[in-house]
Amino acid sequence: MYVAVKGGERAIDAAHAWLAEERRGDTGIAALSVAQIREQLALAVNRVMAEGSLYDPDLAALAIKQSRGDLIEAVFLIRAYRTTLPRFGASSPIDTGRMALTRRISATFKDLPGGQILGPTFDYTHRLLDFALMAEGETPASVISAPVSSPTGETGVHLAAAVPHVTGFLNRDGLIQTETPGDSTPPDLTREPMELPATRPLRLQALTRGDEGFVLSLAYSTQRGYGRTHAFVGELRIGTVAVEMDIPELGFAVQIGEVEVTECETVNQFTGSKTEPPQFTRGYGLVFGQTERKAISMSLVDRALRWQELGEDFTGAPAQDEEFVLMHADNVQATGFLEHIKLPHYVDFQAELELIRRLRAEAIAAKEAAE
Amino acid sequence: MTAPLPALAAVDSVAQPDHGRDERAGFHPEQPDVQHDRSREDHAKDQPVEKVVMALHAAHPEKGSMTDYNFAYLDEQTKRMIRRAILKGIAIPGYQVPFASREMPMPYGWGTGGVQVTAACLTPDDTLKVIDQGADDTTNAVSIRKFFQRTAGVAVTEATTEATIIQTRHRIPETALTKGQILVYQVPIPEPLRFLEPRETETRKMHELEEYGLMHVKLYEDIARHGTIATSYDYPVKVEGRYVMDPSPIPKFDNPKLSDNPAIQLFGAGREQRIYALPPHTHVVSLDFDDHPFVASKAAHDCDLCAAQDSYLDEVITDDQGSRMFVCSDTDFCRSRREAGHLGRLGTPLSEVEQ
Repeated sequence: MYVAVKGGERAIDAAHAWLAEERRGDTGIAALSVAQIREQLALAVNRVMAEGSLYDPDLAALAIKQSRGDLIEAVFLIRAYRTTLPRFGASSPIDTGRMALTRRISATFKDLPGGQILGPTFDYTHRLLDFALMAEGETPASVISAPVSSPTGETGVHLAAAVPHVTGFLNRDGLIQTETPGDSTPPDLTREPMELPATRPLRLQALTRGDEGFVLSLAYSTQRGYGRTHAFVGELRIGTVAVEMDIPELGFAVQIGEVEVTECETVNQFTGSKTEPPQFTRGYGLVFGQTERKAISMSLVDRALRWQELGEDFTGAPAQDEEFVLMHADNVQATGFLEHIKLPHYVDFQAELELIRRLRAEAIAAKEAAE
Repeated sequence: MTAPLPALAAVDSVAQPDHGRDERAGFHPEQPDVQHDRSREDHAKDQPVEKVVMALHAAHPEKGSMTDYNFAYLDEQTKRMIRRAILKGIAIPGYQVPFASREMPMPYGWGTGGVQVTAACLTPDDTLKVIDQGADDTTNAVSIRKFFQRTAGVAVTEATTEATIIQTRHRIPETALTKGQILVYQVPIPEPLRFLEPRETETRKMHELEEYGLMHVKLYEDIARHGTIATSYDYPVKVEGRYVMDPSPIPKFDNPKLSDNPAIQLFGAGREQRIYALPPHTHVVSLDFDDHPFVASKAAHDCDLCAAQDSYLDEVITDDQGSRMFVCSDTDFCRSRREAGHLGRLGTPLSEVEQ
């Protein structure tokens, strides 16, 4: 006697209960607090905010805790929450020229107005495991003195003074292609279906929330010759900027908060094309939080995608291919579709079984007839 | 530019709502006067196309059991955007309408398109059925049904005849649908030409120009190589002599049911951001050639539980010796046949099973 398999509902409930237990792990070990994640796993929090397109360190930390540290799952939790939020309005564009800097470097000039600020970076650390951390000991209190001079004069950099962009210096001499500001409202990837060919604002939106690994590998491929763009990091800056919003009742903009962002501008060698004179060109990256790997990658891919506008040749490189890049950069879409093949497909598989059986029977019969 | 601090405090509660989940409960930017539209809603009951339109006015957040979310999860603005896409789809049968798909609380590829279409069509008076592979109790069907029970509080059923909206993955129910029902398909890849041409920019142009030669070449090559069209599911169809359409990965056995169906058939692809539709009694033809006509095939067996000869069957491996049995993939159809006294080769009368 056969009774069809039942109990999907109970199985789901049991799986969720087990998941909750596994998430907590050994109860003999203290639970992580959301605040601990926010403070001590800040770079993971930044990545989740960037790819989740929602600036909220507390919620990102919660998502990381809930997802057991699976960052793509955490991004997904944030996105699903974000999409339900009402929209009160749009802020004024942030002014990264007035950023309270924690890091600012240029690879193209030895020194420059505003100075080079190394900031809290892994660069130049020796990647040796610090067993003191494992022994739960804290690294000795830093012996660093306050910066000799920070661009804003004080260490508590909250009164952001203007720090000029490196590309601005080049621009004065006409050596770099100018970006003309536009008045048109940029499209919103989260409210309109993606339409191709895309505009640059739409491409930048897709890249800034795109998967870090995907964007990194694409950028890397351009460095290795697949759509080479000869990029220098003209400037990389990390810091907080004020977010201002026009309040119609007041008639002027007020600051409603601040966000930390990483901005990267590349300066790319360009020997000219049929339509453009020889000059430096630009790639742009702007990402929430301290996320410089992503911001640099983004600016390289942005530059590679601009081949048409600059009159370059399409060499067939993946990073030049707008449709390929934009349609596959989103890790929430990618992971969902990839993992859906875990769902039952036995109806389709049954149809394939019938087909293969019939084709085999015909092939075998034909072979026997021939013999 | 920056205002003095007191002004900041004034807008603080608007700009930075705490995450106390309350702020959205009362936020229904489009919420119409429900009472006002009641009579029109009743009138719409037996007019399914109208019903889609009228559902525009059906915001009943108080009926949902998750008070923090709007009725059927999506906010009314999003529903309106989806309904516009649905209406456009119904106006141009088989045409893929781009829509701004939202992130849903389940993954892309797991039915987010279908869920959004269902959410946009649901009214509090609806009765929902959800199937996956023809069965009501497969895990993902259970999960989606629970989602709407939780967010919309609508009645649910397993009986095809009782449902007003049926969300499905990979099957069309065996029981004939009737006027007034809506069948919502979950679609992974809405573009029938996608595996012949990977670029969306190209395939849209091909549809515009009605340039379907590539598809016929593919089918012809199948015949040249295998003597038959080697597509067993996701079998392409032509709608009203115009658009070639992907029927979603239903077995080709189900294809004939697409045509002249009295129900509204809606197709939602969330990740690919497309909605398309077949209004009632649309003429749908499975692509074929005069000398190689389309055949709706199934396993050459009867159902081992209910003895049905004309239903689509799943093959179930019953031991490690290669024994197998065939059972209806449509669990509701199979159960109602057994309730009516039909008994297959390995079936047990229902009365005995329940004891």
